[in-house]
Amino acid sequence: MNALFSWLADPAHWSGSAGIPARLVEHLWYSVLALALGAVVALPIGALVGHGRRGGFLIVGSANGMRALPELGLLTLLVLLMGIGLLPVTLALAVLAIPPLLAGTYSGVRNVDPGAVDAARGMGMREWQVLFKVELPNALPLILGGLRGAALQVIATAAVAAYVSFGGLGRFLIDGLRTRDYPQMAAGAVLVAVLALVVEGLLALLQRAIVSPGLRGGGRRSPTVTVGRPAPAPANPEPVPVREPAGAEP
Amino acid sequence: MIEFRGVTKRFPDGTVAVDGLDLTVDAGKVTVFVGPSGCGKTTSLRMINRMIAPTEGTVTVDGRDVMSGDAAELRRGIGYVIQQAGLFPHKTIRDNIATVPLLLGWSRRKARARADELMEVVGLAPEMASRYPAQLSGGQQQRVGVARALAADPPVLLMDEPFSAVDPVVRESLQEELLRLQGELGKTIVFVTHDIDEAVKLGDKVAVFRTGGVLAQYDEPGVLLDRPADGFVDGFVGRDRGYRKLGFLSDELPLVELPTVGVGDPAPEGWSLVVDPDGRPLGWVQGGGSVEEAAVVPGGSLYEVGSGSLRSALDAALSSPSGRGVAVDGDGRVAGALSADDVLRALAASRADEAA
Ligand SMILES: Nc1ncnc2c1ncn2[C@@H]1O[C@H](COP(=O)(O)OP(=O)(O)OP(=O)(O)O)[C@@H](O)[C@H]1O
Ligand SMILES: [Mg+2]
Repeated sequence: MNALFSWLADPAHWSGSAGIPARLVEHLWYSVLALALGAVVALPIGALVGHGRRGGFLIVGSANGMRALPELGLLTLLVLLMGIGLLPVTLALAVLAIPPLLAGTYSGVRNVDPGAVDAARGMGMREWQVLFKVELPNALPLILGGLRGAALQVIATAAVAAYVSFGGLGRFLIDGLRTRDYPQMAAGAVLVAVLALVVEGLLALLQRAIVSPGLRGGGRRSPTVTVGRPAPAPANPEPVPVREPAGAEP
Repeated sequence: MIEFRGVTKRFPDGTVAVDGLDLTVDAGKVTVFVGPSGCGKTTSLRMINRMIAPTEGTVTVDGRDVMSGDAAELRRGIGYVIQQAGLFPHKTIRDNIATVPLLLGWSRRKARARADELMEVVGLAPEMASRYPAQLSGGQQQRVGVARALAADPPVLLMDEPFSAVDPVVRESLQEELLRLQGELGKTIVFVTHDIDEAVKLGDKVAVFRTGGVLAQYDEPGVLLDRPADGFVDGFVGRDRGYRKLGFLSDELPLVELPTVGVGDPAPEGWSLVVDPDGRPLGWVQGGGSVEEAAVVPGGSLYEVGSGSLRSALDAALSSPSGRGVAVDGDGRVAGALSADDVLRALAASRADEAA
C-alpha cells in the first residue's frame, strides 16, 4: 500500500511522455474515439429499429453476439490485419461500446408511450419529427444509461491497448508486470478505476442537465402538485427482451 | 362534412374491422360511434385522419378524399384526442398544447399565447402551464388533450374514448364541459365510446356498430331509444332505454305553487321547503314549530324549468323526501313543485302526440 502511494507521489511519474498525465490523456483519447465510433454506429440503428417497432430481435441478437466476442483476441486479430495503430485499438474498443448503446437506444425509443407516439403522428408530425421531437427526447434517459455503461466498459478495457504496444494507462500495468514493479501495476489499476468513476460522475451530471424534468420520476417541481396517476399500461405491451443497458457489465 | 362511401378495412391478418360503411357525418354536429368492443369504431375514426388507410371505398372530408394529398398536412387540420391523452411526457403542459401551432410554423410566442388561452377555455388553472403531464391527474390530462387538439382551431375534432379512463364523476364534468365548449365552437366532432349513456348524452347523431364492423343504426339519440332498428340495437341500448328516452322528451310541465319557509320561520304541519333569503332551496323540514337549520333534510335533485328534460323532472320528484319535486328557474330560485304523476301524465301526452 505504501509502495503504491510513494509510486504515485513520485514527481518523476507525473511528467514526460510516459508520465501519468500523458497516459491519462491517451487513455481518454482512445476511449472517446471508441465511444464516438460506437455511437455513430449504434445510435442511428437503435433509433431507426426502435422507431419502426419491429426487428428488435436483430438488435438483441447482434448486441449479445458482440458482447460474446473475446476482446483480447479481437484486438490481436485486428492488429495482425492492420498493424499497430490507433485504428485497430479504436475498432476493438468500439465493439465494446456498441452493445450497451444499441440496446439503450433501441429500448429507449421502443418503449416511449405508444399513446404519445400515436398522438404525435395523429397531430400531423412527419416520421422524422416523431423520432426527433418525441421518441428521442423521451428515450434520452435510457440512451444516456447506455452511454454510461459503454463508457465504463471502454475505459476499463482501454488498458488492453498497451498489450499491443500502444499507450494509455494500460502501459503501467503491462510494464509493471514485465519488470515486476508491482506498485506501478497497482497504480495503473487505481488510475483506471478513478478515471472510470470520474467519467461516470460527469455523465450522471450531464444526464441531470439534459433530461427533461418531466421524465425524472422523483423530480417534481412544486411541492403542491397533485400526484398524477401513472399512465395505465398500454393495451399490448410487447415485451422488449433487451438487457437493461444501465450500469457496467463485467 | 365527413363522408364514408363503401368503406371496408381488412387488416393484413384477414380481420375485417369495418365492412362496407356508408355514413355521413354532419358538419358542426357531434356524431358518436358506439358499439361493443372490437366492432370497428376506432378503425373507422382513424380512417378519417388517415391513421389507417381504407382497403376499399373512400373517406372524404369536405369533399376531398383523405387519401389524396399529404397525410401530415391533413392531420394538422384535424384535432385528435385519444383515450390515454397521449401527452408528451418531456414537454410542459403549455408546450404540449402548442404542438400543432408550432408544426404549422407559428412563432413560439404566438403559439404559447394560444396555449395559455386554451388552458382557460378547457378550465385549467394558469399555474399548470409549466407543469409536466406526470404532475397532473387523469382528468386534467384529458383536458390538456382536448386543449391540444383545439390549439390550431381545426374544424374537425376526432375523439377516441377520451373520457373512459377517468372516474364517473370526473367523466360527467368533462362531458358537460365538452357540450358547453361545443355550444360555443360548433366543431364537427366524431366521438367514439362504448358507453351508450355517453353516446346519447353527447351525440346529435349516434351510429351504432355491431361486431364485424357493420353499421347497425344511425339516428338521432331520441329515435335510437324509441325505435331501435333491430334486436341487436335494442339489446345494446339496454333495459333502461325507456327511462333514458325521458331525457329527450320536452313538454312544458304544469307546476303547482309551492309554499316555502325561511330559517327561523314557523313551519306548518307536514313537509315544507326551506329557502334562503334569495329564494333558493336549502332542503325540507317536517313537522310544525320554528325551522331550525339543523333539522333541514337535504332535498333531492332540482328540475330547471325550460330545460325540457322529463328525465330530470321525474328524478326531482322521485328523489325529493316530500314526494314533491322542486322546480327552479334559471337563477336557481324556486319556481314551483311537480309530482311524479304530473311527469307521467306529460309523458303519456307526449307519446300520444308522437303517435298522432
Ligand atoms: N392493426 C390491426 N391488425 C389486425 N387487426 C386489427 C388491427 N387493429 C384492429 N384490429 C381488429 O379490428 C377490429 C376492430 O378494431 P377496433 O380497434 O376498430 O375496435 P373498437 O370498436 O375501437 O373496439 P374497442 O371498443 O375495444 O376500442 C378488432 O377485431 C381488432 O382486433
Ligand atoms: Mg377503440
